[in-house]
Amino acid sequence: MTQTVTSPKSDARRRQGPSFLMALPAVLFFGLFALVPLAGVVVLSFMSWDGLGTPSFNGLDTWFRILQEDQTRNALWLTFLFVVISYVFQAPVALLLGVFMAGQQKYRAFLSVLYFLPLLFSSVAVGITFQTLFSPNYGLSPALGWDWLPAQWLGDPNIALLVVIFVVGWCFVPFHSLLYQAGVRQIPATIYEAATIDGAGRMRQFFSLTLPQLRYTIITSSTLMLVGSLTYFDLVFVLTQGGPAGATRILPLDMYITGFREYDMGGASAIAVILVAVGVTLSLLLNKISGSSRMESDKAGA
Amino acid sequence: MPARRTTSVVAGLSAVSLLALSACGGSGGDENPDAWVLNGGVWPVVEEDLDRYSEETEGVDFQVESFANDVYKERIRTAVGSGEAPTMIVGWTGGTLLEYVEEDYLVDITEQTEGLQDRLIDSVADNGVVDGTTYAVPMNNMQPVVLYYNRQVLADAGVEAPTTWQELMDVVPALEEQGVHPFSLAGNSRWPYLMWASYLTDRLGGAEVFEAVVAGEEDAWSHPAIIEAMERCQELVEAGAFDPGFASVSADQNEDGQLVADGEAAMVLQGSWVYSRLLQDEPDFVESGDLGFTTFPAVEGGEGDPSSIVGNPANFWSISADASEEQQEAASGYLEDSLFNEEYVDGMLETGNLPPLTGLEDEIAETEDQEFLGFAYDAVQEADTFQLSWDQAVAPSQVQPLLENLEKVFLQEMSPEEFAEEMNATQGQ
Repeated sequence: MTQTVTSPKSDARRRQGPSFLMALPAVLFFGLFALVPLAGVVVLSFMSWDGLGTPSFNGLDTWFRILQEDQTRNALWLTFLFVVISYVFQAPVALLLGVFMAGQQKYRAFLSVLYFLPLLFSSVAVGITFQTLFSPNYGLSPALGWDWLPAQWLGDPNIALLVVIFVVGWCFVPFHSLLYQAGVRQIPATIYEAATIDGAGRMRQFFSLTLPQLRYTIITSSTLMLVGSLTYFDLVFVLTQGGPAGATRILPLDMYITGFREYDMGGASAIAVILVAVGVTLSLLLNKISGSSRMESDKAGA
Repeated sequence: MPARRTTSVVAGLSAVSLLALSACGGSGGDENPDAWVLNGGVWPVVEEDLDRYSEETEGVDFQVESFANDVYKERIRTAVGSGEAPTMIVGWTGGTLLEYVEEDYLVDITEQTEGLQDRLIDSVADNGVVDGTTYAVPMNNMQPVVLYYNRQVLADAGVEAPTTWQELMDVVPALEEQGVHPFSLAGNSRWPYLMWASYLTDRLGGAEVFEAVVAGEEDAWSHPAIIEAMERCQELVEAGAFDPGFASVSADQNEDGQLVADGEAAMVLQGSWVYSRLLQDEPDFVESGDLGFTTFPAVEGGEGDPSSIVGNPANFWSISADASEEQQEAASGYLEDSLFNEEYVDGMLETGNLPPLTGLEDEIAETEDQEFLGFAYDAVQEADTFQLSWDQAVAPSQVQPLLENLEKVFLQEMSPEEFAEEMNATQGQ
């Protein structure tokens, strides 16, 4: 019975959907500017090339060298830390801020505008501003003069990564808060009214209603956060250039520095392939876990 | 339905061809010679001169494009490697020039620049010559690295600017007692570390030590002079000679020079461009006469000549072998007839920049900044050698490891011996 019900439905959908040709420009564009260069990078990773002259094949040498280098392992580990800590920092803050901003009160609307500002700044401007704020001579620490503030924020290899994670979070929390704000506003008010009548307090409402209702927003935001921080480059580069002593040389920076500073295009390509592989695996994994391939309308399910 | 399909195909195809067209538009294929220059500092003078030459010369119209320093360095290599280089290439000589010459990317300009060579300071011009053939000629200001100091701060501590290493080590505790940092150091930018390392190596072992490195000799980095230079750098760090936050200080914002101007630090070892920066940012300080400058101290018992200078001799013009014959002719015509013409030299001196020419004493004496320019000019003239900054001189693939390992030495995370070992491993790769 079920089969007879579903098959005409999917047939109908197929007929209704736009023709594949509509997608052709996008597919061609993607092929030309994403797949072709990607294939080039894979080929280049089996070559030795310093940017001048002709590249020459050297089989798996580049791969062995890159995989054996401490720098690559260090970069992988730093990237792992960067992604995990960024997520642990950004996700709860963005969620709470988003829920807060969803309230209809006037002062919340005003604060939302302020929270939103970092998203509008260019990352280079943010980087240079924070660099000045963290300066040991002209920055926050000497200005405030509190002993417990570190004298060196970006210059101390032990905390530089955390400082960078904070600045990157500062830039991206507004975006995710916005997603959550929209998500919360879509939850029908009637559910809350019903819950209030049933005697659920604020905390209970948050954990039993808001959070479950936001699950798809959480999935979207988490995917963006994790994959985004995996490939994040510009702000880190402006702030530290991977220093001090390699303490913030995450994988994308490692790739850039290897390619365009050390002129080892083969090695940089190998790192790029690793980055693509990790990124694709991560998104697939997230897709699997969240079951977003089965994701249907929020309303219909509830 | 079929009608709609065709339109979408057409739309798709035209979108692609549009992209292809606009991609072509960017590369430009006309016969006018082009030149890529940098921006800021002395570069507007260069650009103006090329424009003036284009106006005055029939049939020649230079297409000039300017870039930020780092952007240029990344672009030019890819452009040269892919045969898309501009007719006139700005370079720093050193390892990159050797690579370009080896791969036949540059034109021999020995004949065209013969007349010019007579006017140039030899120690600068020599950098553009490879095996007796000129591939590059200096085209802008000399940038020696000198020791700047704040006269007031030194006077308060009752000391004078050090002329020997021993004096330098002696003034460190005296200045610390006054509560000022003896030296500021822009560690965040990394390359300022090189200035200390290269001057010490040069003073301790002479110019040959580093020449062996550039020549790609095996184990050249383990020369005792380099090891000792690293040891002395670490001694300085241990003695508290540098501002304790040096690893976060950035030279891009001229923070290290600023610290000296503010009296937070007494001295800074930096390139001659810091003078122009200070003139711009802290005119009161410069005019008050508190800004002093001298050469790097002599090192007792060192084999190097204490007159030797480290820095960037200049930027150099080269002509691309990939350019058409007409373009090459136009470019060499400019080098032959116009480079370092009177207006160009005046323009440079007015903006506080030193052209690498001999016999400029009178012109310099007339400029506003004659004290500094005269000092720097004499220092270069008297210099036994003018060594190119290490990061320009070594093979391009060595630059990044050099900067990173040197950073570790200054942060006490790497011993001098480990530094030598790491750098030897990059030799001849």
